Amino acid sequence: MNQIYKELILDHYKSPQNAGSLDNPTHEATEENTSCGDSIKVQLIMKDGRIKKIKHITEGCAISVAAASLLSEILVGKSIISIGKLDEQDIIKILGVQLTASRINCALLPLRAVRKALKLKTEN
Amino acid sequence: MYKSDFPIFKNNPNLVYLDSAATSQKPQSVIDAIKDYYENYNSNIHRGIYKISEQATDAYEKTRKKIAKFINAKSEKEIIFTRNTTESINLIAKTWGKENVKAEDKILISEMEHHSNILPWQQLSGEQNICLRYINVRDHKLDIQRAEAEINETKPALLAITHVSNSLGTINPVKKLAEIAHKNGGMILIDGAQSVPHMQVDVQSLDADFLAFSGHKMLGPTGIGVLYVKEEILKKMNPFLTGGGMIKSVSRFETEFADHPYKFEAGTPDIAGTIGLSAAIDYMNTIGIERIETHERNLTKYALKKLSGLSEVTILGLPFSEDRAGVISIVVDEIHPHDIAQLLDENNIAVRAGHHCNHILMKDVLKVTATTRISFHIYNDENDIDRFVESLKSIMTKIKR
Repeated sequence: MNQIYKELILDHYKSPQNAGSLDNPTHEATEENTSCGDSIKVQLIMKDGRIKKIKHITEGCAISVAAASLLSEILVGKSIISIGKLDEQDIIKILGVQLTASRINCALLPLRAVRKALKLKTEN
Repeated sequence: MYKSDFPIFKNNPNLVYLDSAATSQKPQSVIDAIKDYYENYNSNIHRGIYKISEQATDAYEKTRKKIAKFINAKSEKEIIFTRNTTESINLIAKTWGKENVKAEDKILISEMEHHSNILPWQQLSGEQNICLRYINVRDHKLDIQRAEAEINETKPALLAITHVSNSLGTINPVKKLAEIAHKNGGMILIDGAQSVPHMQVDVQSLDADFLAFSGHKMLGPTGIGVLYVKEEILKKMNPFLTGGGMIKSVSRFETEFADHPYKFEAGTPDIAGTIGLSAAIDYMNTIGIERIETHERNLTKYALKKLSGLSEVTILGLPFSEDRAGVISIVVDEIHPHDIAQLLDENNIAVRAGHHCNHILMKDVLKVTATTRISFHIYNDENDIDRFVESLKSIMTKIKR
């Protein structure tokens, strides 16, 4: 059986990394899953085309909160170009679980918010 | 006790199914009836001058009679087959509504309507400059006093109200509302999606002008729905869709339509679905609708009692009473309903999590983004509720922040 709520997910849900807000963000965006009410506000400080700092306030289910936390960890230092290349499969890999169609939107919410902040095109 | 009649529980022995408000499971007899039609007398209905077509036509039309009897309609001519509740309501909005509700007229619905009983009226009000108004929900039920005052004052052309809320389980006083609407010269449409499958609904006693419901929530197959319309209204209605099967004669530039109900059933209908629904009604009649109602009432009482013992759980809807049906929505402190549903699923417990097509109720009235909902039918038992509650307890421990 596919156990979605592994320790990694629960840890990041219970104590999300990079939670909070920045005083002087260069980029920010909010994004919401209207169907379930999950919401995220993401703030970035960009320097030389790379993410220097990232903070987020995520309210929602364990999957969306854990995805925001895990994503925020790997994004520091990443360039806009590499962020533009991240896709659904990458997020699944980061989370380390298989997600059903009904939950994939929860996992993708943080990435959508980051792309929105950077004015990158989103697939959804 | 009835579980063994439903093959899904044989094929999924551990399944606890608590999502009958979304769709019900099907007894073997329904599945067999559909199979029997396809295997032994599959053919198109009406005008087939051969034995199996006559047999199919007979089965189709007998279902109409059976449904008329089930909801105590005066005549089977008042029964129109549709795809589902949504299509039934749309049919009324786009035929009767379009022709009879004029600019500046009012349509009154409520804050607890399912989107299927909001959107057709919203659309119509936009097209014809009609004023769409909402009865407030207060303390998990309709504010009937204010509704009555409003109806007396504004005299809405139509009152479109759900019989049972699909999120709160509240049973609305539709008989009283029909009386108030009629006294003020209006009509009443009752959304019976969550009532007809679970309790005695008598259109004559309620004095309903329109009643919409779905076959798949009453142990029948998906794809078949019903619309009841009082015959005196139906006689004056123009067709919804046009095409095959709904005409008396067609010439190059004009058509004489068939009489009702055929006038409203263009194209080959869901014959198999109708036959399946017929078997579902037989099954429900064999048990007896009163017994189904009592069974679900007992389960509701049991579940409400068990859930009220959990301090982290807020139960939405009315306390156990005559006005409480077998739909229970809960909110658990600090745990998102999607997480609850997903973790319950790991224990093979099927519930629904989300807004239940009630955005207005959720956002404006209850001020929640989503709920976890359980709902019952005849195959559920106390053991299902025990397993749900035990599972919920362990989820709360596991995932609480």
